[in-house]
Amino acid sequence: MNETRSYPVLVDGSRLIAEACVRAGADAYVGYPITPASLIFFYASRRFPIALPAPDEITALQWMAGLSAAGHLPVSATSFPGFALMVESVNMAYMMELPMLVILVQRLGPATGSATAGAQGDLFLLNGLMSGGYPLPVFCISDLEDCWLLPPVALQTAVDLRTPVVLLTSKEMVMTQESFDLARLAEIEPVHRTFYDGPGPYCTYDPGDGLVPPFLPVGNDQHQVRLNASTHDRCGIIQHTSDESMANTRRLPAKVESRTPVLYSLDEQEGAQTLVVTWDITSGAAREAVAALRAQGVPVSLLIPRTLLPLPAVYLETVDRYPRVVIAEENHQGQLAHLLFGRRIPPHVRLVTAIGRMIRPDEIAREVVR
Amino acid sequence: MSRFLIKPELPYCKGCGHHLIVRNTVKALEALGASPLDVVLVTDIGCHGIVDGNFATHTVHGLHGRSVALAAGIAMGLPPEKKVIVYIGDGGATIGLQHILEAARMNVDLTVVVHNNMLYGMTGGQPSGLTPTGFRTVLTPQGYPLPHHDLPRLVLDAGAPFAARVVGLGDFSDVLRQALEVEGFALVEVLEICVSYGVKMNPDLGLRPDAQTGLGGANPGPRLRELARETGYEPGVWTGPTRPAFRPARRETASLLDMPPVLPKHSSPLAGRMTLILAGSAGEGVQQAAELLAQAAIAAGLYATKKSMYPVTVGVGFSTAEIVLSRSPIFYHGVSEPDVMVVTSADGLENQRKRIDQMRGGILWLDASLPVPETGAEVRITDFRGRAGARNAALYALLTILRATGVVPPEAFLEAVAESPIGRHIDPSRW
Repeated sequence: MNETRSYPVLVDGSRLIAEACVRAGADAYVGYPITPASLIFFYASRRFPIALPAPDEITALQWMAGLSAAGHLPVSATSFPGFALMVESVNMAYMMELPMLVILVQRLGPATGSATAGAQGDLFLLNGLMSGGYPLPVFCISDLEDCWLLPPVALQTAVDLRTPVVLLTSKEMVMTQESFDLARLAEIEPVHRTFYDGPGPYCTYDPGDGLVPPFLPVGNDQHQVRLNASTHDRCGIIQHTSDESMANTRRLPAKVESRTPVLYSLDEQEGAQTLVVTWDITSGAAREAVAALRAQGVPVSLLIPRTLLPLPAVYLETVDRYPRVVIAEENHQGQLAHLLFGRRIPPHVRLVTAIGRMIRPDEIAREVVR
Repeated sequence: MSRFLIKPELPYCKGCGHHLIVRNTVKALEALGASPLDVVLVTDIGCHGIVDGNFATHTVHGLHGRSVALAAGIAMGLPPEKKVIVYIGDGGATIGLQHILEAARMNVDLTVVVHNNMLYGMTGGQPSGLTPTGFRTVLTPQGYPLPHHDLPRLVLDAGAPFAARVVGLGDFSDVLRQALEVEGFALVEVLEICVSYGVKMNPDLGLRPDAQTGLGGANPGPRLRELARETGYEPGVWTGPTRPAFRPARRETASLLDMPPVLPKHSSPLAGRMTLILAGSAGEGVQQAAELLAQAAIAAGLYATKKSMYPVTVGVGFSTAEIVLSRSPIFYHGVSEPDVMVVTSADGLENQRKRIDQMRGGILWLDASLPVPETGAEVRITDFRGRAGARNAALYALLTILRATGVVPPEAFLEAVAESPIGRHIDPSRW
């Protein structure tokens, strides 16, 4: 790619995501086809150094956990019906502290729903994914550039925090083809990863002075490695509820809360009384609405979170600064709104929601000037 | 003590056959001359799974029923000199039967040791898919009514090169050694009796553990062997055709971004934005035509987006594309009321009927074979299908519209067609 000259192409987000994952150092893709994530599977099968078609999504996540345990950095993409099957295994990988990336492409539910209709309906699911309510890092793509920028961030987070990470997106984000200038894409730095090389005995879950234990693959020739999905001590030995094992369990949310990168864009305008908050596919409509309002002389600010979970405190601080907040998202109840404000949405917060179709810019603009 | 164990005292009930499985596994590994760090022991949920702490090998303790899939991932990620062993119970094997069959079919380099004590022991003595007919469990005190799976036969049918069934008494380490030597998938089913539930629920079998040795009954061998025979659990060692173990090789691949740029060689008079919907039938090139239009628009210096919609049965029914062309960047690429609606088939008309009905302006380009629907759009009827054939109706329709409106120069579209794979077969400029 040439940085000075433009390189226009017609491209979809799936292609950028798959390429970005490989450039960032993900070496194994385990796939099971499901609309609207199948395009990522298609590209990944051509591009990843190792690409394995799994017989189902439980197997997919288990293979990923095995590959991760052996020192690989695996990726899969799915949609709700497949993700539902993965949930216990994602919990397992969280407990075993195995880095991996799951790309969740949202579609219209419940259940099988409409495979080829987009949605932003899985945020609640992700917020309560772990038994015990522990947070999982969740990043969310809001445009084609994010398809390039966020996979490396998500993979680095998976490695740095020794955890599964979810990259959230949706049908229209990864399947729509768009004109795009490839020259805008920055070089991707491969994920920086080190393995434990200290003296033995190696304790798989001993974080030393920090919160994240150094990683060492199973099967290595230096030290015994013990991985355990049940409650365990710092050496990976199963325990009931000993002090050491409870300290280990408490460390899991602590590392995710404190070390997940906080990524968002906040475009604030002088004199704006209204803040528009949106995520995923509705970000495009919100950008157009904000541009149109500003062109009409209506000052308005725009917050687009890219780190969705754990919910960064800065979002709460930002919404608190505005007398009016408009939250736009393609689901039934306003899931981000509920994460920000709870079940009792205050009167100064207006929701723009829809199911089965994209939210239009004029719907957001209308709510801003109401 | 063996170099494979760091604690000789195993965490099992007195008399449980799991003791013997561990002792025989260790003996087999020693016979192979393996080193503890060359071995990864993957355990399932169940009493057998709490043995991790005794082993000096790498140990991985996963979920109930999923250990064979987890171990398959590990085996696929490690070099061939490493031995991956799975300990799984009859309950776990029942849950994860598909994982076992899949690993056998793929011939993943694994040794699966099934601890078949004929019921779920850890959860209270429920029957599993390996509980034999007539065997009494906590939930079936009158005897289990169904036949059991024949695991060795199932995995051999699935393509495993090695399968065995042993009665879990005495020294069966040689069978385990043979299994560990297989380069590929091997399964050894070890028959046992759960001393807590199996013995208690089946007092007539005379399987009480021996007070002195803690192993089996006073004379357990004949009884367990007899039970195995009576219930159709014949011991044996079976082999299937050998083939290479499945190991995913790392490949060199080419960048997905090695795609030719769409250089702006043309220009467009479009000042703002135009939305277009192309609706036709699957198999009639709708998506490809729409993609070529988007590329032509880029070649004319515009921004473009293209979405596709079709039923889950990709090869039949409607096929619709939504296209947005714009002078300025497109952030929102949805289309509610299109400026141009192009319908080339009855499937497309049916799919877009509601939207056509709601159009208050714009232009509806309609194939001459179709009835004219209610609409506020200006209707233009053209014989797309008759002129270019059903297969190329969508392509021809877009060319017709570009010729009529010039929103994108027709030459840009013709160039995009010529440079695409279909360019070798058709020349739309003749239409």
